[in-house]
Amino acid sequence: MDGDVILRTEGLTKHYGGVHALQGANFELRAGEHVAIMGDNGAGKSTFVRQITAVERRTAGKIWFGGKEVDFENPLEAREAGIETVFQNLALADDLDVPSNLFLGRERIRFNLGPFSILDRRSMRTATVAALEKTAVKIPNLSNTIRNMSGGQRQCVAIARTAAFASKLVIMDEPTAALGVQETAQVENIIRTLKEHGEPLILISHNMRQVFDLVDRIVVFRRGRIVANLRKEETSGQDVVAYITGAKTGPEYADAA
Amino acid sequence: MSANSHGVGGVAFDPKRRSWPPEANVFIALVAITAVFELLNRFDGGSFLFNMRANVPGLFNQARLDIMILQVAITGIIALGVTQVIILGGIDLSSGSVVGATAMIVMSFAQTALVNGNPNPKAIFGEWAMDLPVIVPIMVGLACGLAAGLINGTLIAYTGIPPFIATLGMMVSARGVARWWSNGQPVSFPTESFANLANGDLLGTLTFGLVHWPGQNPAIVFIALAILFHLILKFTIYGKHTYAIGSNEDAARMSGIKVKSHKVLVYAIAGMCAAVAAIMLTSKNLTAQAGMGVMYELDAIAMAVIGGVSLSGGRGSILGTVLGAAIFSVIISGFTSIRLDAYYQEMVKGAIIVGAVVLDQWRQRRSAARG
Repeated sequence: MDGDVILRTEGLTKHYGGVHALQGANFELRAGEHVAIMGDNGAGKSTFVRQITAVERRTAGKIWFGGKEVDFENPLEAREAGIETVFQNLALADDLDVPSNLFLGRERIRFNLGPFSILDRRSMRTATVAALEKTAVKIPNLSNTIRNMSGGQRQCVAIARTAAFASKLVIMDEPTAALGVQETAQVENIIRTLKEHGEPLILISHNMRQVFDLVDRIVVFRRGRIVANLRKEETSGQDVVAYITGAKTGPEYADAA
Repeated sequence: MSANSHGVGGVAFDPKRRSWPPEANVFIALVAITAVFELLNRFDGGSFLFNMRANVPGLFNQARLDIMILQVAITGIIALGVTQVIILGGIDLSSGSVVGATAMIVMSFAQTALVNGNPNPKAIFGEWAMDLPVIVPIMVGLACGLAAGLINGTLIAYTGIPPFIATLGMMVSARGVARWWSNGQPVSFPTESFANLANGDLLGTLTFGLVHWPGQNPAIVFIALAILFHLILKFTIYGKHTYAIGSNEDAARMSGIKVKSHKVLVYAIAGMCAAVAAIMLTSKNLTAQAGMGVMYELDAIAMAVIGGVSLSGGRGSILGTVLGAAIFSVIISGFTSIRLDAYYQEMVKGAIIVGAVVLDQWRQRRSAARG
């Protein structure tokens, strides 16, 4: 194995009442590595991500991030630690412009007056331009509200948000599910840019072509459990489908089936 | 770096598609309505805005302008708070009743001991509450508004009940407080310093006698608070988070905004605005009655809505509400100037409120279709 482990989970478990959405997930991500999480609807992919980013509180299990054990209280703590997430349902405020969305919840301030702190609008705007350039995102007019933008542009803003801060890990939950062909290509280009910058990524996707194009490793979830951990070069689309549907289970996960 | 540079390769920036600020539409409507009334008055040989009398100096009809601003100043102060609540994605139906309750309580701490040499016939408390410094009733009033706002906000943020229901409850209960406070009796005879809050010459004091505008203190307070809240909404974290929560509450929460405590804060500010209105109202009228402020909440909401504040949250501004208040005032004064009955005023007011919401919906659909 090469590189340092950025993220490690051990026995990560989430129950919603009697529903076992996630069961004992052991997962590892190394520096600069891009990993895809695949699986059927309800397999536990998004649940897994929500535990890492502390959008929900896990039932059991441990998480190590950047070499030390972490226990984030809320999404903001996870963000501040360097985990940036692009959520499936685009956590953007429609009526705000691009810089406001990029810095939502983490506004830069000029004078600290508690809740009435004065915003540092110029610095946020400059940082927005830099973040958009870093991710090669093209937005026609920064002062426009998100409402007036296309699905692709919105997704790009959501992704640029991850670049505006010094992130150590980017998680994308089906970033291209609602996009057209061109817009998907644009988002995929951004992901390649992240790879070039050596930023690790967890990508949840249903798109087999996209996954084989972009990532190094594929982790398959089925009914709340991890059932396979495959290097891209050693597997094929058919193989992955077999794991997703339950026709096959990785030998090291035999007890999970 | 210009904004246009980001159009390269992506969708080109088209200035024609830039959204026209909604306040501009409201302003045009204001000018148009004013022009219509001016025209109607001219047919009659008079003027709506301009001074037609030779024996009075000035270009404008100053007396009418004073009345126009004063008649919306007190509901306008309420509307400033209500605007923030609506931008947050909520609604506040309680402000009128909070005005009533606050008015009664404030006046009880603003009474004077002797009226024409006799003991105050409307005294609520004993000697200890007579002739208190003016700061006491002001603080008591603000505390009342704050308490009502905190209850509203806490109910909405922490029990998850719809703002409509929470503030409807407060509307009924606060009116109950107003009636119970003195068993339905009016509370009257304030100290001179309290009466001066609304009827004095605040502008004269502030400018050391340079400019005078006596009796217009509610208008001065309205304008000052409007400027203050406009700046706060535009330039502070408070404003940004208010718009963010009204726009997409889930996104705000996922971004780490403390949605619950922020909601409490916004409702608390709205409650304090209602309290300021109550202080101005009682001081202006020199008396407090349990029925004060009835329907004020609807006038306040109407001003915001006419001013382009979207009832679905996230959109609108204080400037819009001020323009909305101006339209409101022009309509009332306009109808009076052409000697139309108050009954018609109410009917037209209702139609304008509905029209403003229809317009807002239409704008929203159009912008969604373009996106």
